[in-house]
Amino acid sequence: MPATVVCRKLCKVYRQDSVAVPALTDVDLVIPKQDFACLSGPSGSGKSTLLNLIGGLDRPSSGEVEVDGRRIDRMRKGELAELRLHHIGFVFQAYNLIPVLTARENVEFVMQMQGVPARERAAKSRQILSEVGLDGLEDRRPGELSGGQQQRVAVARAIVSEPSLVLADEPTANLDSTNAEALMQLLRHMNDEHRVTFLFSTHDKLVMDHSKRLIKLHDGRIVGDERRR
Amino acid sequence: MRATLLLTLAWRNLWRHTRRTVLIVIAVALGVWSMVILAALARGSMEQQIRNEILNLTGHVQIHAPGYRDDPVIDHRMVPPSPALRAALDDPAVTAWATRVRVPAVVASERESAGVALVGIDPEGERGLSFIPGAVVEGRYLAPDDGAGLLIGRKLAERLETGLGRRVVIMSQDVDNAIADRGFRVVGVFDTDAPGAETAFVFVTRAAAQAMLKLGEQVSELAVMTTDRRRLDALTARLKAAAPGLDVASWAEAQPLLVVTASITEVVLYIWFAIVFLAMSFGLVNTLLMAVFERTREIGLIQALGMQPRQVLVQVLLESLLLLAVGLAIGNALAWGHLAWIRDGIDLSAFAEGMEMVGVSAVLIPQVEARDVLGANLLVLVLGSIASLYPAWRAARYVPVEALTRV
Repeated sequence: MPATVVCRKLCKVYRQDSVAVPALTDVDLVIPKQDFACLSGPSGSGKSTLLNLIGGLDRPSSGEVEVDGRRIDRMRKGELAELRLHHIGFVFQAYNLIPVLTARENVEFVMQMQGVPARERAAKSRQILSEVGLDGLEDRRPGELSGGQQQRVAVARAIVSEPSLVLADEPTANLDSTNAEALMQLLRHMNDEHRVTFLFSTHDKLVMDHSKRLIKLHDGRIVGDERRR
Repeated sequence: MRATLLLTLAWRNLWRHTRRTVLIVIAVALGVWSMVILAALARGSMEQQIRNEILNLTGHVQIHAPGYRDDPVIDHRMVPPSPALRAALDDPAVTAWATRVRVPAVVASERESAGVALVGIDPEGERGLSFIPGAVVEGRYLAPDDGAGLLIGRKLAERLETGLGRRVVIMSQDVDNAIADRGFRVVGVFDTDAPGAETAFVFVTRAAAQAMLKLGEQVSELAVMTTDRRRLDALTARLKAAAPGLDVASWAEAQPLLVVTASITEVVLYIWFAIVFLAMSFGLVNTLLMAVFERTREIGLIQALGMQPRQVLVQVLLESLLLLAVGLAIGNALAWGHLAWIRDGIDLSAFAEGMEMVGVSAVLIPQVEARDVLGANLLVLVLGSIASLYPAWRAARYVPVEALTRV
């Protein structure tokens, strides 16, 4: 199966004053299409850093990152934004939604940026919000939604424009176990139905249990990579 | 489509902190209101000064013998207008013209005397040319055949302890450098806003003055009134060509101090505009910086979702533009309402003495000029947007991953 993400000898070193702190060291990783993979490891192991580098939110110190066959480690800021807009969906741990927009407007945000016509946007957002179980809540602003509902809106927004890759950083961190379970079932459903590739970073065993593949990181290196089911 | 999104975000973000937004809107509105009102009052005051000075025997164009403007004595006299000059004055732009005798003189009553300018006028020719036909408040205006009639200013009459129907003696120097004197009877007392005119002039008919001073048909000056005091170049050139050897001067050349005063008024206005704008832009930039700082994570999020840095910049600029537009709309509405309220003028009679000294009438009528209103609005809008570039640029420079993780 062709790869959605390829990392080669990927390194990231942060500088704290004059001290170099390596966050990732020589990471080689391939995420095939329609994978449902999870990055796990203790805090500081480099999960979020790797996710940010793959998402073009940060730049590697050395090494290569390819997303959908494009080298992104050399892209300019504007090119990275364009890549994120058309190819990558994001679900963050918190502060996921734009507070001044309603649930529907948040879902339509990426499509509107892409220039999708209003009628098409409305139809897609209605359908996806229904799919994530938010019928009737379309016109509520984030402040009027629970944490679980907000994460569902974020998921809907991440997949509505059918990106090739969705990156989710600790998506269940602020949810109770019931909501976390529902969210993971939803994501797995999206993976199966919409053929979207998912890559998570998490501490949460529940997320790991739902993953098809578990990649373990420690001190910025991949120390385990197992396919589960 | 993207523009609609950016506009929606900008507008809604603006009202996230209603109190802060309202405060800066009020600041912008008050700033614009003060600029428009102050400009209208300053222009109105300046216009009155210029109009009063023009009516105060200056006219739009003056013609004299060379040297008269520096030394207005009888030696600097001129012949009556030639046919060529009369033809040049027969111009659609010329609304009135007349010749005058105007020499230094002493006026004496039974009790007092005072130095004045004796002005011999063509009573009908002065209509529409100077203040005097409309300024008589007691008695009557001069008639063309008024051989011994004289008009005197109210203040001068008080000083000389004379009045209507009383006799005064005018003394001056005739063309032979001999003392010429003659008695006149006060037929009218005038009152005017023109600075100093009530004590500076006494008016008789031109024929009476010419006879007294042995001038024959000669005169001291020719004053011209036109349809537009701002467009005098062509007419002045034609008059110069028709009156070679004479000194043809526009009002601006004849009253350079007035032109300087107008320029200073303009500079003061611009300084006020600059002060208002600076105060306003500090508030605006501060507000936007706070807004950008508070929304760091949100800006990181929209960048992560694919918004280009330039679109982030445009969004913050749109916020600034909307803020300014609301402030400008309110400020202009306030200013227009206020101007409508005072359109008949502000009564300054309590300060009338002081105001008359500088040629301003007791009632100050504001004058709105499109360039001031446009200038104030454009200054706020354009420079305000430029000032907003800094916070917008800061927002656009955020690195998504840093913005998203900022506490």
